[in-house]
Amino acid sequence: MRRLRLPLVLVLGALAITAIAKGQPPSGISRPSNETALSQVELGSQLYAGNCASCHGVAGRGIVSNTSHQGVGGIRGRGPSLRGVGAEAAYLYLTTGFMPLSNPGERPYRRRVLFSDREIQALIAYVASLAPGPGIPHVDPAKGSVSDGFRLFTENCAGCHQAVAEGGYVTDARVPALKQSTPTQIAAAVRTGPYLMPSFSKRQISDSELNSLVAYVEASKHPKDRGGWGIGHIGPVPEGMVAWAVAGLALVGLCVLIGERVRT
Amino acid sequence: MRKLLVALFGFLTLRKRRERRREQPPPEQPVLPPPDRGAENAVIVLLLLAGLAGAAFVFFYATSSIPHQTQWLGLTIGIALGLVAAALIVLGRTLLNEEESEEDYPPHEHPEEQEQIEELVERTGSRFTRKGLLKAAGGAAALGVGAALVAPAASLGPVTGTNSLYDTPWRRGLRLVDVRGRPFLADDIEEGTFYTAFPEGASRDELGAPLVLVRLDPKALRLPAGRGSWAPGGILAYSKICTHAACAVALYRKPTFPAIDPRPALVCPCHYSTFDPAQGAKVLFGPAGRPLPQLPLEIDPQGNLRAAGNFSGPVGPAWWGTHLRGPGNPS
Repeated sequence: MRRLRLPLVLVLGALAITAIAKGQPPSGISRPSNETALSQVELGSQLYAGNCASCHGVAGRGIVSNTSHQGVGGIRGRGPSLRGVGAEAAYLYLTTGFMPLSNPGERPYRRRVLFSDREIQALIAYVASLAPGPGIPHVDPAKGSVSDGFRLFTENCAGCHQAVAEGGYVTDARVPALKQSTPTQIAAAVRTGPYLMPSFSKRQISDSELNSLVAYVEASKHPKDRGGWGIGHIGPVPEGMVAWAVAGLALVGLCVLIGERVRT
Repeated sequence: MRKLLVALFGFLTLRKRRERRREQPPPEQPVLPPPDRGAENAVIVLLLLAGLAGAAFVFFYATSSIPHQTQWLGLTIGIALGLVAAALIVLGRTLLNEEESEEDYPPHEHPEEQEQIEELVERTGSRFTRKGLLKAAGGAAALGVGAALVAPAASLGPVTGTNSLYDTPWRRGLRLVDVRGRPFLADDIEEGTFYTAFPEGASRDELGAPLVLVRLDPKALRLPAGRGSWAPGGILAYSKICTHAACAVALYRKPTFPAIDPRPALVCPCHYSTFDPAQGAKVLFGPAGRPLPQLPLEIDPQGNLRAAGNFSGPVGPAWWGTHLRGPGNPS
């Protein structure tokens, strides 16, 4: 009987830890307990109050003072106002996992999306209801031309997002690759300009040009590697490394072999 | 990995062989073969041709109008260096006497051997029948190839006559147009994005033509002294050509939330030179040595954006003479 006691305690302990873990909400998100019973409007405002208002303020007014964070021009604050950003920005930030951030100084990068689809719809509707703003853009890559899109991408996007949208750097921030982006997310990002990205108005990139741009980004997700090995598709740096490490070494070996034959 | 092993093996065997050769006693009586006129002629011709190829490189470098200039430059310098190498190989293999003697001889004990070696050293050059001509050919090759190596220094730019660096299409009153040729209205320029502008009716291929346009809050501007009126409504125009290596400044870093995000900046995608548009494109980061030249702007009564003069400094990459005239004097 005494021999059984230790395993029993271990099993019970493991069960208890599992039960506690199951009882907790997923990391970072606080949800109303009666979520399924709530209407979309109620769910949106409750989720906003629980997860967004600590930085974006009551009713999306933003919090721009009384914190230790100090940014450009000496402005202090935790989060920008969401009034007038519309469904466009809310869709982009929520479906990509940019938001919610775990603390206000963090940078919005693509993460696992913690909200469910219904919760995201409710939050988008709530943010859009704060003040009139742009809606989720409609984009149809099938109507666009990949070659026009390539030209537009080279002119406007490739500086940061690099060749075939592999992602890169701008000073002080990382620029994401666009491999996981959906057409609507790309269109929303072009119009919104998330984080450090500039926004592009319809004068700069018209809706039909945006179709082409998205058609190109979609095409770039599956590049045709006619030369064989793509080496990450990011151009001369990895290609140069292959040239030095593989071809250079092969040349040295060849020289040694030739030298052997001459000497013997 | 395998190649590395092959290389290592080759190195070790070569060393062993070299040691073996060192152990061999030097031959007793050095016999010199007779002069070789054919080989000598070959060396002279090769050297002269090398000099000629070097001169051809200088010619192609100086005439920029020929097509495929880069390929011609590579071909001629390659031929020149190859010919010099070939001449040296012929020289070494056929004309130079080669003797190895490693041991020190006590000077007075074996005077005959000592004399023998001295004679050998003296006769080393004896197989050349036309030393003067050979030297002249060597000189020609050195001159031609040397000129080819030195000539590209001219590309470091003007040292004294720097006025050409200020030669841009921009004049007072010239309208700013977009890539399709439509004039920019001041009201078209929004904050949070950037635009590329060109001079109306002028060539866009010139280094001084393209501009990058941004709009900032006028209260946030900290422009250098004397540029107070250069940014009407907070609209700023800078040369789009990076002052480091002349890439197009194609990145605009724009904070969504200025309280936390990095400040607005124009960034060059080539080497990440970062310029602060609010402070006259002061360099915040990167290899650029001076700010982007700023173009003063004005808004006409119809709302069009127009240039109010030329740039604040020389446009384009870091030439030698860039700093001679001092910054901030638009002409």
